[in-house]
Amino acid sequence: MSKKNLDEKIEIPDDLITKLSYVVFGLGNIVHGQIAKGIAFLAIEVAYILFMIVGGFQNLINLVTLGTVQTGWVEVPGKIMPEYRLGDNSMLFLLFGVLTVMITVGVVWTGYCSHKSAKNLQLLIKNGKKVPSLMDDIKLLLDQRFHITLLFLPICGILVFSVLPLIYMICIAFTNYDRDHQVPGNLFDWVGLSNFGSMLGGDSRMTTTFFGVLVWTLIWAFFATFSNYFLGIIVALVINQKGIKFKKLWRSILVLTIAMPQFISLLVMRSFFSNYGVINRGLINLGIIPSINDTIPFFSNPTLARIVIIVVNMWIGIPYTMLMSSGILMNIPQDLYEAATVDGANAVQMFFKITLPQIIFTTTPYLITSFVGNINNFNVIFLLTAGGPSTSEYYSAGKTDLLVTWLYKLTKEKMDYSLASTIGILIFIISATMSLITYTRSKSYKEEDAFQ
Amino acid sequence: MSANNLTAVTGKKGKSYAAQKRAGLIASYIFLTVLSIIWLLPILWVVLTSFRVEPGSFTAAFFPQPYSWVEGTTKYTQTYTFQNYIDLFTPRDGFDFGKMWVNTLIVAAISCVISTLFAVATAYVMSRMRFKMRKPFMNIALIMGMFPGFMSMIAIYFILKSVGIEKTLLALILVYSGASGLGFQVVKGFFDTVPKALDEAAMIDGANKATVFFKIILPMSKPIIVYQALTAFMGPWMDFIFARFLMGTNYDTYTVAIGLYDMLDKTRIYEYFRQFAAGSVCVAVPIIILFMSLQKYYVEGVTGGAVKG
Repeated sequence: MSKKNLDEKIEIPDDLITKLSYVVFGLGNIVHGQIAKGIAFLAIEVAYILFMIVGGFQNLINLVTLGTVQTGWVEVPGKIMPEYRLGDNSMLFLLFGVLTVMITVGVVWTGYCSHKSAKNLQLLIKNGKKVPSLMDDIKLLLDQRFHITLLFLPICGILVFSVLPLIYMICIAFTNYDRDHQVPGNLFDWVGLSNFGSMLGGDSRMTTTFFGVLVWTLIWAFFATFSNYFLGIIVALVINQKGIKFKKLWRSILVLTIAMPQFISLLVMRSFFSNYGVINRGLINLGIIPSINDTIPFFSNPTLARIVIIVVNMWIGIPYTMLMSSGILMNIPQDLYEAATVDGANAVQMFFKITLPQIIFTTTPYLITSFVGNINNFNVIFLLTAGGPSTSEYYSAGKTDLLVTWLYKLTKEKMDYSLASTIGILIFIISATMSLITYTRSKSYKEEDAFQ
Repeated sequence: MSANNLTAVTGKKGKSYAAQKRAGLIASYIFLTVLSIIWLLPILWVVLTSFRVEPGSFTAAFFPQPYSWVEGTTKYTQTYTFQNYIDLFTPRDGFDFGKMWVNTLIVAAISCVISTLFAVATAYVMSRMRFKMRKPFMNIALIMGMFPGFMSMIAIYFILKSVGIEKTLLALILVYSGASGLGFQVVKGFFDTVPKALDEAAMIDGANKATVFFKIILPMSKPIIVYQALTAFMGPWMDFIFARFLMGTNYDTYTVAIGLYDMLDKTRIYEYFRQFAAGSVCVAVPIIILFMSLQKYYVEGVTGGAVKG
């Protein structure tokens, strides 16, 4: 197919119809006989123009101003009492503004397609070939252009539920949409980079919180990732060694925790470790703790809480790595070991020269994703400690809060949306730099096609 | 311990080979038994708690016994009961666990179907079709995956609100499955391992891309489709954040996760803890059965996904 395309790529200048297809969508198609396709193009353009007249253009203006009319009591001439008037809603202005920009980009792209289509037809006619009918086009959608058919709905979903919200939230980071500027009632406005400024040095309490939380987030991600990784591998090695019976049973026992909904196991763990939970009670019963007044403060001592979180996370995460590395272990060719034995290698050597390199090699991409995943590991922290113990040093964050849970708290409790979005962007920058560097260097990325 | 294990793993031939090996195995069995106890104990505890009479989470004993005493003063009897399950399914205080369970099932089933379709379709395109926007799309998907997921939840909430469907189950379904086209990586990794020669052979025989997809790739990909469907189905049972944020105080559309979390609220925990345990059992048992019966596929998915990244 690509070869055929190359043959047809003879450069010819656009004729008038083709040029006009940039402006009047579908003109080329209509003139050259593809009526239905041309009308579809044109309909998109007409719909867009109508939309812009009805409200689209206003949306763009609103996007710049983010609203000017404050909600409140207004003196109305001729009336004694002032009237309560609803003002502009900055939040909706921003949302619809972003939406309008996205639609505009889509329409510009349609214009580009319209031109491309017209140019194609011009070429076909010049070469004396038949203009494809509507049926031909539909057939193409099941063959060479099958990707368009398959991707249409998924991409619509992604645009509405991922791209639009994300762009919107990124915009919020550059506004002052915080608890003092709540809509409706108040307006918020563009403030440039000042949120980033106050986060990274401008506001001392905010900066303390940010860097404090960041350091703990990285420590947590490091320990959570590597403790699960190495312990999971060790468990897999133990289960998969020769001579161990009931391999499937051991594995299933651990896998039970993957199947157990995480929030349940986490909430259960929370009550286990709470001041009056089962563990403290057990220690009292065993006589290790003298009385109910001396319970171990698993969640109210910051250091202890952090350790407990990492330990509980092992309970949740080890089965997963165990499962994964079991699969890899079973795939290591046995003759490697046999050859090594013949050459006189001992067990330790074989482990470090064959088993470990194989596992690490195949799971490097997993390590990266799981590190990034742990930076954003909301469930474990939120359901176990909810970020506590709280501290007055931090702005609306506790000692075990990760950046994500802090983001959540700022959103949910403080309504500081702009700060929350700022943190979101900073999290993105951190995880993106980390993984893009490793991803683009990894073999699976570079040699993606070579693999097939 | 680890030295023993390592020895046993690779089976060293040494002077006291048999003795060493036996020691290693015994150590391994002890290790595995301890692990199993650690992993099973909390689960067992939840099950027993769901049948407990004594209220609260601060129980007199780790496992309730027929007779126990508190602080040496009052003696009272503890027995197991089925009452917690009856209470659980009796609506009160706005909690209607039966309804929550059905809600979650509906949401999980529908979003499982949608997101599996989306992910599989996208994965096929990324694995088999070559077009200009392919690499950019894959990079964008990678980049978007690095933003914290619920950073956009406020925006999604307002989008749904502007259409007037916030606080409905439909909203939840859309949130869980709407952007699932981005989660194509694992499935794509699997498709990449299906030899392209198969497609080419079929296309020489006159099949078009659609036929190749439906008649060749899909039937061969049962394991990964089951994996994808299973993870998608389990998501709504476990998600807490989005459901909480979208549903607010609309009890009618609560899912089990919010309901169970609310039962552990400080003001309710004493009375509701046993119902929480009973509810957990009602949620966990179907999922565990489903999971265990499809475990084979899940393992393939996890392993394949990890290797491919």
